[in-house]
Amino acid sequence: MSRTSAAATAKNPGSARTRSAASASTRLLLMVATRKGAWFFHSDAKRKSWTVDGPHFLGHTISHLMLDPRDGRTLLAAAKTGHLGPTIFRSTNLGRSWKEAVQPPAFAAPADGSSLPGRSVDHSFWLTPGHASEPGIWYVGTSPQGLFRSDDAGERWAPLASVNDSAQFREWMGSAQDGTPDGPKLHSVIVDPRDPQHLYFGMSGGGVHESRDGGKSWSTLIQGMEVVGGFDPTSVTFHDPHCLRICPTKPDRLYQQNHCGIYRLDRTGRPADDVWQRIGRKMPKRVGDIGFPMVVHPRDPDTAWVFPMDGQDVWPRTAPGGQPAAYITRNAGKTWQRLDQGLPESQAWWTIKRQAMTVDAQAKPALYLGTTSGELWIGRDEGAKWTNLARHLPEIYAVEVAELA
Amino acid sequence: MRVMVPAALRSYTRELQLEAEGDTLVDMFVDLDRRFPGLRFRVVDEQGLLRPNMRIFVNGRGVRDLQQGLKPDDFVAIVLALSGG
Repeated sequence: MSRTSAAATAKNPGSARTRSAASASTRLLLMVATRKGAWFFHSDAKRKSWTVDGPHFLGHTISHLMLDPRDGRTLLAAAKTGHLGPTIFRSTNLGRSWKEAVQPPAFAAPADGSSLPGRSVDHSFWLTPGHASEPGIWYVGTSPQGLFRSDDAGERWAPLASVNDSAQFREWMGSAQDGTPDGPKLHSVIVDPRDPQHLYFGMSGGGVHESRDGGKSWSTLIQGMEVVGGFDPTSVTFHDPHCLRICPTKPDRLYQQNHCGIYRLDRTGRPADDVWQRIGRKMPKRVGDIGFPMVVHPRDPDTAWVFPMDGQDVWPRTAPGGQPAAYITRNAGKTWQRLDQGLPESQAWWTIKRQAMTVDAQAKPALYLGTTSGELWIGRDEGAKWTNLARHLPEIYAVEVAELA
Repeated sequence: MRVMVPAALRSYTRELQLEAEGDTLVDMFVDLDRRFPGLRFRVVDEQGLLRPNMRIFVNGRGVRDLQQGLKPDDFVAIVLALSGG
């Protein structure tokens, strides 16, 4: 890997326009977080050729990389190593230099008299910039499940006691022992583009939750979501959302990839009627509707993508039948079409983690995939034709794309 | 006391052996963190526990209790547990 045109890009980072139309001078930045470092890939609106800049943080586990769309220059990286504890690194020059957060996310000590055991952050997992009207505010979800907020662009992080120290949330979360093999996660932290006080997040496991007061109080959104057979779907504990997305141009619509299917929720304003619909039932039976990522179109709220995986018996977490494919709906989940042109036709046993699939906001959006086997793919024309961008990277945990002015 | 740090912490200390002060390991990490901000949290978690894959030896003897007392002529080694993958 070599540092090529990325250096020139880094001199004039400009502002990010993650949700705007293309222009002649458009520059795209792909941010790839892996088990052993971070890489950046640069291109223009044509997306024909890409230059690579990396590795950054070689040997560090990077769970997520995110560029602040409000200033176009602040990059945050959620990092740890096999031995060293978790931290957040910041860059304001597109990765030419990095500085560690002064106060990384850390749980508070148990309050006097509390019966809740103390917890320690194992890794920061999901970075979310705050509302466009609140520059400098960020949220991060961690493993074990915790929610933290920064008011100073990622320098100092404070725990949200309304989640982290709530006996009710702690019951729903369970302990670190109750989670997935690499730890239970608080993820999909979403800020409503219409209202900085309106927040969502998901917990694997522990359900979907929203706040209307900036995180002071929370309510649960699990109506309609299914759970593993034999368990009580009214119990929040048993719900395992894998990835939530909000439609930018229709924020009353959410999509969700869950441990138990693909869902859509159209908010009604009446809590009793806010019921998730399992739109994955229209997926082909031989593929099923289990997976991790969920991606929504930047402008069309009826269009969304998933990348199914094998969730049978012991949960192989591989492409079903060794034949990876994305699926697209253009009618909010009524029907799905397979998108596999260019992807391996057989014997490809990788899959995609929940943060490793994204879409750009060009006039004809392209999708991007990072695989568990270290391959980076672009799906041109909304995923109609796939092309490999890179091979032999470490296991890819997250892929994000931003448009630089 | 003399402290040996692993290469993984060199980005903080710039050197692998240094002098530190403190009556206990807790105090020693306070001293190190004052001089090398951020170092302690990479080794000791927010509940005051040594992180799972870190080891500390005082004069060659493995220690996990950070209340362990220290003397000025002790030799403290902060070591990464051997692991692969």
